[in-house]
Amino acid sequence: MEELQKKRSRIMDSRPDVSTIAVCCGTGCQAFGGEKVAQAFREKIAESGLQNSVAIKTTGCHGFCERGLLVVIRPQNIFYQRVRLEDVDEIFNETVINGKIIERLLYITPDGSSKITSEEEVPFYKKQMRLIFGANGNIDPAEIDDYIAIGGYSAIAKVLSSMKPEQVIEEVSAAGLRGRGGGGFPAATKWKSTREAEGEPKYVICNCDEGDPGAFMDRSLMEGNPHSILEGMIIGAYASGSNTGFIYIRNEYPLAVKNAEIAIRQAEEYGLLGENILGSGFNFSVHINRGGGAFVCGESTALMASIEGKVGEPRAKYVHTSERGLYDRPTVLNNVETWANVPLIINRGSAWFASICTENSKGTKIFSLVGKINNTGLVEVPMGITLREIIYEIGGGIPDGKRFKAVLTGGPSGGCIPENLLDLPVDFDELTRVGSMMGSGAMIVMDEDNCMVDIARYFLKFLEEESCGKCVPCREGLKRMRQILDDICEGKGEESHLELLEEMSAAIGDGALCGLGQTAPNPVLTTLKYFRDEYISHIVDKKCPAGVCKALISYHIVNENCTSCRLCVKKCPVGAIEFVDKKIPVVIHQDLCTKCGACKETCKFNAVEIR
Amino acid sequence: MITLKIDGREINAEPGKTVLEAARENNIYIPTLCVNEAVAAYGACRLCMVEVTRGNRKRLVASCLYEVAEGLVVETRTERVVNIRRLVMELLLARCPNSSEVIEMARSMGIDSSRFQSEEDDNSCVLCALCTRVCREVVGKSAISLVGRGTNRKVALPFCEDTDACIACGSCVYVCPTGAIKMEDNGDVRRITWPSSTHEFKMKKCASCGSYFAPEKQISFMIQKTGLEAEKFDLCMNCRP
Amino acid sequence: MPEISVKNETLNCILDRYKRDRGQLISILQDIQAEYNYLPREAVKFVSSELGIPLSQVYSVATFFKAFSLQPRGRHTIHVCMGTACHVRGAAQILQQMENETKTCCGETTKDGKFTLESVNCVGACALGPVVVVDGEYAGQMTVNKVKPLLEKYD
Ligand SMILES: Cc1cc2nc3c(=O)[nH]c(=O)nc-3n(C[C@H](O)[C@H](O)[C@H](O)COP(=O)(O)O)c2cc1C
Ligand code: SF4
Ligand code: FES
Repeated sequence: MEELQKKRSRIMDSRPDVSTIAVCCGTGCQAFGGEKVAQAFREKIAESGLQNSVAIKTTGCHGFCERGLLVVIRPQNIFYQRVRLEDVDEIFNETVINGKIIERLLYITPDGSSKITSEEEVPFYKKQMRLIFGANGNIDPAEIDDYIAIGGYSAIAKVLSSMKPEQVIEEVSAAGLRGRGGGGFPAATKWKSTREAEGEPKYVICNCDEGDPGAFMDRSLMEGNPHSILEGMIIGAYASGSNTGFIYIRNEYPLAVKNAEIAIRQAEEYGLLGENILGSGFNFSVHINRGGGAFVCGESTALMASIEGKVGEPRAKYVHTSERGLYDRPTVLNNVETWANVPLIINRGSAWFASICTENSKGTKIFSLVGKINNTGLVEVPMGITLREIIYEIGGGIPDGKRFKAVLTGGPSGGCIPENLLDLPVDFDELTRVGSMMGSGAMIVMDEDNCMVDIARYFLKFLEEESCGKCVPCREGLKRMRQILDDICEGKGEESHLELLEEMSAAIGDGALCGLGQTAPNPVLTTLKYFRDEYISHIVDKKCPAGVCKALISYHIVNENCTSCRLCVKKCPVGAIEFVDKKIPVVIHQDLCTKCGACKETCKFNAVEIR
Repeated sequence: MITLKIDGREINAEPGKTVLEAARENNIYIPTLCVNEAVAAYGACRLCMVEVTRGNRKRLVASCLYEVAEGLVVETRTERVVNIRRLVMELLLARCPNSSEVIEMARSMGIDSSRFQSEEDDNSCVLCALCTRVCREVVGKSAISLVGRGTNRKVALPFCEDTDACIACGSCVYVCPTGAIKMEDNGDVRRITWPSSTHEFKMKKCASCGSYFAPEKQISFMIQKTGLEAEKFDLCMNCRP
Repeated sequence: MPEISVKNETLNCILDRYKRDRGQLISILQDIQAEYNYLPREAVKFVSSELGIPLSQVYSVATFFKAFSLQPRGRHTIHVCMGTACHVRGAAQILQQMENETKTCCGETTKDGKFTLESVNCVGACALGPVVVVDGEYAGQMTVNKVKPLLEKYD
């Protein structure tokens, strides 16, 4: 234990106050060339012989993906956004060498009134409480020393040197930590039940399957700060009496797999994993399992079957997995973010943790704020904040002056929340009360151009494709519900369909075997509840008010706006637009039009409209 | 012995029994499709759902898997239960419009038609997985399995054609509750038709009467399993001493 | 397309990487797929016999998970993200345009063996939606009109 302390001091001493260029290499920024930019900076440093006074750090996701690529210069804390490879020279010469700020790369407030230099002052970050996620921007995930330097692994040292497993459980229980993967089950309760269950060996698992389409916080944590998750798992294993752990990572996340592998190896080298951890006599090893691309494998029993090398099919859980889980042994399964909260609770105490809260939800939650929102990205907020604050103050509202329509929380198991409920505090129970749920934390914002019937159909289709096919209500039922929604979207719906959908929803929710099927009707139920008028428009008026459902819309030329520039004529993939004469507006031949939307996208004069 | 209540009746059951077993022992009817004593319960058809109350918690469970407990109160015909069964049967009727077994079962539950459009291809497999489970748990061959997922799921041989592991014993045929797997013996061949493909197997000829009495692969399997001499399997049942 | 011939050495090497642990079946199949771009039938059979798992069960796993393909794939794999964030920003139109341009249906390979077109539910780059990933390279903020130029970059 002392050794860890010494190591920390040594790391700190060996790091003189150099300036650091932190380049975000999270997946979002990577798409803007994160690694290439970092490499360009490295070359610049080498060219100018400044290796000893300027350091480059490739970090995980900072959350503000909308403004990628993000570069932060420390210690001045200058925050540059939308950086491209071409900007590297200038940043290096002007800012790093001469200390001058490049105005053009600063964040400008949406009203255009002021430019913001430091990261913390950007409104997107200001209202957040980045307890779990904040470290991402400061550390290189591939460097265990970085994590140790910010106090990492001190919680495990504290636990192993001064706490009994029962005390750890007590502390986590007092903090009120609830699972962040969807269900919101108290973490300490699971640990306790595994600790007390009969059967050896016992296992702990980290669920990084993150199948909810639209959520990427687990990915960003695993990619950006894997050691915090490992530390949480070691503590959980110690508390629940386990010596073997697994991290189940989604197939689509290769970088997360890589960084987790590096982290495990480094932790082993430092004696933080393996035999006799920090001289305490406690042993714990962690293995990585990759998923195979199946959403249902996020469900606990399916995930365990998949780790055993079997088809990811859920089974009944009348005996909890904390008593009979992986290989029929007591098993603790927690979500990535749940694990990452654990070291924090140990370090800062349960009382502190429990003070960030609402009555029944403690701590912070990371959300991915996506869809029709200005500031797309990952946000970490204290429980109890309202949806309105998240969407308007952090998220910066809806782009292009469009009107907000709904926000979907809880992913495919969740529901659509309408405008009049935006003052709802974000909390496990409040969201459930209105028919949605916290889920893993995707928050998808929709505006007036989104059709709610289409959204309901989208999720049903998703779940139909992801259903394992074991039980009848889910396999056959979701397909039938989707077919009914197809009919409605194609103008073939009948009013009686709505009651049928409600009846099916209830029976599937009651009858399906696992959480996938049981919660699958939620998006349909909430849209029926809050946006029934849109269903009625499709069924009775045969109209899609948002202009989304293809069978119910057509593209038309607004003659006053058309300049006959012929751009659309060239773009139309099926030759459905006819150019007549320079002075006459072009004509769309409805019989040929496939409604692909290329013309509307191309037109510079707003001369194509959907009716 | 454990005491519990099913539909208001107090009954006793051995610990470890499922609610379904306890109910059947007491002649209380709960419909099922995916249960068979030969194999472990699976919980897929959801027809056997019942409402149970334990303490003050009420929930819906699959009775084929849920174990009896002291003081448990079980209701087998509540509105929610009936709604699940009705939906399941309507869904299966639409899936297997030509299966007389499914139609019969639905009728016995008072359901004559389905509100969903009938599937076009002729299919009577309800994917209860009894065949694949028998093949694996009882025969021990795992020659067939459930392939694909979700609505694309089907019972099939590996690559829909690899019969290496199959001994043509026909257990899958006998256990299928809807007659979705067909078998036909014709001279020296046995033909088995699974929902995804048809295959032929050679039959063994009785050394005495000359009739074809069992698939050759099944005989080899029995020789290997029992450790008896091969000659013991040369004669058909009728010609055995 | 004809089946590829597999090398037992290669397969043994992959199996040894996972200590021939049956629990690692999915990882093993993934590595084989990475090697051959799909799961050749011979490889599936080899894994079954080496690990002592019935072929039917390996086949079940190989057909259950979306990551596996039992058919040879194109030289380039296009993944059109159909995650929710991309959906609300018009991913369906992008996919349709992809189908038009490649003249193939989602889930299939073009006749010339150039592209395999697949959809994927969220690649975790929602801020860039709609997203298309070609051979692991992300193309963000896609529009119907950007589809053709993107495809032209590959041969
Ligand atoms: C269909 C389905 C998918 C799920 N997917 C995930 C997932 O991707 N990640 C996750 O952490 N939990 C997921 N869950 C929830 C897990 O089953 C489990 O409750 C959770 O991992 C427990 O961890 P927690 O208590 O820390 O939240 C899913 C559940 C269901 C029913
Ligand atoms: S509810 Fe759906 S995913 Fe869950 S077991 Fe049933 S079929 Fe499989
Ligand atoms: S008999 Fe219980 S689910 Fe089929």
